[in-house]
Amino acid sequence: MNLLSLTAVELGKKIKAHEVTVEEATRAALDAIHKKEDKINSFVTVDEEGALARAKEVQKGIDDGTYTGPLAGVPVAIKDNMCTKGLLTTCSSKILYNFLPTYTAEAVINLEKAGAVIIGKTNMDEFAMGSTTETSAFGATKNPWNTEHVPGGSSGGSCAAVAAEECYYALGSDTGGSIRQPSSFCGVTGIKPTYGTVSRYGLIAYGSSLDQIGPVAKDVTDCATILEIITSYDKKDSTSVKREDTDFTSALVDDVKGMKIGIPRDYLGEGLDPEVKDAILAAAKKLEEKGAIVEEFDLSLVEYAIPAYYVIAAAEASSNLARFDGVKYGYRTEQYEGLHNMYKKSRSEGFGPEVKRRIMLGSFVLSSGYYDAYYLKALRTKALIKQAFDKAFAKYDVIIGPAAPTTAPKLGESLSDPLKMYLGDVYTVSVNLAGLPGITVPCGQDSKGLPIGLQLIGDCFKEKNIIRAAYSFEQTREYKHSPVAEA
Amino acid sequence: MTKEYETVIGLEVHVELATKTKIFCACSTAFGSAPNTHTCPVCTGMPGSLPVLNKKVVEYAMAVGVATNCEINQYSKFDRKNYFYPDNPQNYQISQLYLPICHDGGVEIETAAGKKTVGIHEIHMEEDAGKLVHDDWEDVSLVDYNRSGVPLIEIVSEPDMRSADEVIAYLEKLRMIIQYLGASDCKMQEGSMRADVNLSVREKGAEQFGTRTEMKNIGSFKAIARAIEAETARQIDIIESGEKVVQETRRWNDEQGYSYAMRSKEDAQDYRYFPEPDLVPIVISDEWLQQIKDNQPELRDEKLARYESEFGLPEYDAQILTSEKKLADLFEATTKLCEKPKKVSNWLMGETMRLLKEHEMDAADLKFSPANLAKLIEMTEAGTINGSVAKEVFEQIFASDVDPESYVEEHGLKSDNDEDALRATIEQIVKDNPQSVEDYHNGKEKAIGFLVGQTMKATKGKANPGIVNKILKEIL
Repeated sequence: MNLLSLTAVELGKKIKAHEVTVEEATRAALDAIHKKEDKINSFVTVDEEGALARAKEVQKGIDDGTYTGPLAGVPVAIKDNMCTKGLLTTCSSKILYNFLPTYTAEAVINLEKAGAVIIGKTNMDEFAMGSTTETSAFGATKNPWNTEHVPGGSSGGSCAAVAAEECYYALGSDTGGSIRQPSSFCGVTGIKPTYGTVSRYGLIAYGSSLDQIGPVAKDVTDCATILEIITSYDKKDSTSVKREDTDFTSALVDDVKGMKIGIPRDYLGEGLDPEVKDAILAAAKKLEEKGAIVEEFDLSLVEYAIPAYYVIAAAEASSNLARFDGVKYGYRTEQYEGLHNMYKKSRSEGFGPEVKRRIMLGSFVLSSGYYDAYYLKALRTKALIKQAFDKAFAKYDVIIGPAAPTTAPKLGESLSDPLKMYLGDVYTVSVNLAGLPGITVPCGQDSKGLPIGLQLIGDCFKEKNIIRAAYSFEQTREYKHSPVAEA
Repeated sequence: MTKEYETVIGLEVHVELATKTKIFCACSTAFGSAPNTHTCPVCTGMPGSLPVLNKKVVEYAMAVGVATNCEINQYSKFDRKNYFYPDNPQNYQISQLYLPICHDGGVEIETAAGKKTVGIHEIHMEEDAGKLVHDDWEDVSLVDYNRSGVPLIEIVSEPDMRSADEVIAYLEKLRMIIQYLGASDCKMQEGSMRADVNLSVREKGAEQFGTRTEMKNIGSFKAIARAIEAETARQIDIIESGEKVVQETRRWNDEQGYSYAMRSKEDAQDYRYFPEPDLVPIVISDEWLQQIKDNQPELRDEKLARYESEFGLPEYDAQILTSEKKLADLFEATTKLCEKPKKVSNWLMGETMRLLKEHEMDAADLKFSPANLAKLIEMTEAGTINGSVAKEVFEQIFASDVDPESYVEEHGLKSDNDEDALRATIEQIVKDNPQSVEDYHNGKEKAIGFLVGQTMKATKGKANPGIVNKILKEIL
C-alpha cells in the first residue's frame, strides 16, 4: 500500500486502528522525500532524526491514550516561516540561513498537542513575497504536475509537497493568496481562515494585518480537520479572536440546496484564461445542479485590490523585516566598518531582489509626504473593499471564482516581469484585505494537464459555509494524483 | 541699547512606569539585574513574536492624564516609529503618534514670578529601548535588553515656560503628581524620569516663536537649569551677531557647561510612523475611566491643606512633609500610631532631613518603619529615654530600622529615673563643687548648667535632665 496516497484523515484512522505505525507513516514520508526532492525541491529542511524520534514518542502517546485526535501520528510539513524550536527556520532567505528559533509557533504547538510529527520545513518565496516560490534563496520549487512549471506561491513548497505526496498534509500561510493560489496550481486543497482565527504567534510576519496560517491537504475533509486543530484563541496574539463556532468538520455535509452563491462578473472578465473560465463555470454549474442558487453579480472595487494590497503589505513588511539586521541572529556580512556599514552590507547581501523591492516600496509609501497619498489611501480602499464584500454577503452565502487568472506559469516567466506577477493576485488579495475566509479546491485541468482551482470565499467567521460548498463540490469529482505522486 | 529677550521652553518628559512587568510581555521590569536576564522573544524582537499590551500601563497613563487635567482619548492606538539602532531589537519602537491616550491638559505651577498654568499637549505610551554597553577593552559593543520594553509615558508640554525656574517648578509638579499616583518613582539619576528641553528665544513682545533647538536627556534638575541658561545665552549671541539659530538637536555636557550639535533638522530621520498592526485599538469604557477617577489618591495640594486643618501643622511643616510622597506617607503612618503629629513632623523635618543630607540620600530611599519612629516618640514622651539618647537611637532606626525598645534595653540607655539614687549622686556633686554652688547663690544662673552637666557625666547621660534640674534646685 502506498501510504502517501492516503489523505491525512484516512491515515489517522489506520494509525488509530493499529494498521499502520507512526514510524511506518514517518519513514514512508521520508522515503518519498528522498526519492522526489531532486525533482521538486519542496523542502528547505528535512528533520529525519527528529521526526523518527518524535514518531516513537507519538506512538507511545497513542498507545497510552494521550493522543486520541483524528490526526494523531500523521506526519506534517510546516512552511518555513513558522518558528519551530531548535529546528532551522529560514523563511527561504539567506538572512535567516542559520536561524534556530527559541520557541515554537502557536499553530504548530496546537498540531503537536494533537500528536503531529513534524517531518520538515517547506520551501517558500523569500519571506512569503512572491507568487511562484522562485524567490527562495534555496532554489525554486517545481510543480509536481509538470516540473517545468512553478508550483505557485508563496506556500509553493507546502502545496507541492502535498501534491507530490512527500507528506500527508502541510501548513501554509496566506497574506495575499499564498495558500489558495499554489493550491490551485498544484491541484490540492487549502484554506485561508478568517483573520484572527489561527494565532500568528511564531509566524514570521510579512504583512501583519493580512497574514493567516492555514492548512494544505488533498481534500476538504483534511483541511477542515486540520483547521479545527490549529484554531485557538491565543492571548499572545492581540489580533486573535475568541470564537465558538470552530467545529469546522461539522460542515462536511454534501448539501448545497438553497445555498446562495454569487460569481463576481469582474472575476470572469479580461485577463482570465478561457480554459480557467470554463472550468470555473462548469464548477458553478455542478453546484447549481446540486441545488445551489448561482448567479453573477457586480462586486465593486475589484481593480483597486492589487494596488491597495501591495501598498499595505509592503508598508508592513518594510517595518517587519527591519529586525533582520545582522545584530542579533541570522546572516551578518563578513567585513564591515562600523554599525551602519554592517547593517547595509548584511541586509544587501542577505535579502533577495523581490524582498528588497517590497522593502523599498513599503518604505516609500510610509515616508513623510507620501504617507497620506499612498498608505492612508490604501487603508481607506481596504475599508471600502470590506464594505463591498459586506454588501455582497448580505445577498450570498458564498462567493466563487478562480484563484488565479491562469494555470501555473513556466519557471522563470514571472520573475522577469514582477508587475505581471502582482496582477496575477487579482482574485486572492481582496480576501486578505477584507479578512475573509477562502478555500481553493481542484476543479479541473487545462489542455496542458495543469490543475485549475475553484476559490470559494465566505463572510468573516463563516468558514462553515465555504467548507460545506467546497465539500459538496468535491463529491462531484475524483481526487487526481499528480504525475510525480504516482511515479 | 541691548534688546530684551524672552526664552520660550517646552518639555518632553519621559517617565518609566512602576509596573511589575514590561509593556508588551510578562518580563520583569526590575532594575539592576544581570544583563539579558529579564528577556523573552517579545522584548528581544525575535522573529514571529507579538506584543500584548499590559493593562496596568494604560491605567497609569490614564491616572497621570486625569491628574494633569487632560482629556482622555477613549479610543486610542499604537503606532510604529521606525529607526535602526541596536538597542531597539525590532528596529522600530511601539509608540503613539496619531491617537495618544491623553491630550490637552495642564498643571498649575508657582514661582517667584507668580502662578501660571503650563499646558500639556499630550501624553502617550511607549516602550523603552535596551542599553548599549561599550567594552573598550575588547573593542565591542554589547546590548542589554533588560530595559527593552519597560513602559514609558511621554508627557509633552506646550511651549508655555519662560525661565529655568518655571521649568523646574513644572518638573517638580509632575514628579510630585506621578509619585503620589504611585505611577513611577521619578528618579532622575536612575533615569526613571528624563527630560528633553525644547528652547527658543525671541524679542520680548514678539508674536512669532524663534527657531528652537532640542536638548536631549539631561540628567538632573540642576543640570536642566544650567543647560537652559547656557542655551538661552548661546541663542541670544547668535541673534545679536545677526545670524540665524539652526533647528537642531543638541547634547548638553553638564561637566563642561556647554552643549554641542548632534544633528540638524536636515538630517532628521523620517520615522515612517504607521499604525501598529499587531495591536488592536485601546478602547476605554466610561466605567473604566470612572473607576480610575474614583481611585485617584489624594494629591499634594489636597494633602497640604489637610495637614494644616486636620493636624494643625504650620504651613511650613506641611509644605516640607508633602514635598516627597515618602515623607508624607511616613508622617501619616507614624501619626496614626502615636497621635502626635507635631512631634512626628519634628522628627521628619529635623533629624531625618539632617541625616538624608549627611548621607546624600533622597526621601524616596528612606527605609525605616513608622512603628519604630512612633515607639521612639512615645519612649521620649514617657521619659523612658532623654532627648540626646533619642537622637542616638534614631540614627540607628534611620540606618537599619532597629526596634528602639530592644536597642535601648540592650545598650542600657534607659533614663535613670530612680530619684533617690540620683539625689545621692547630685548631693555628692554639690559637695565636690562648692565654687559653683557659691556662684549660683550669687545669682549666676549659669552655674546650675555646669552642675547639670556634671550630673549627666556621672550618670553616663542616662539621667532625665528635667529631674536633675528639679533636684538640684531643691538641694541648693
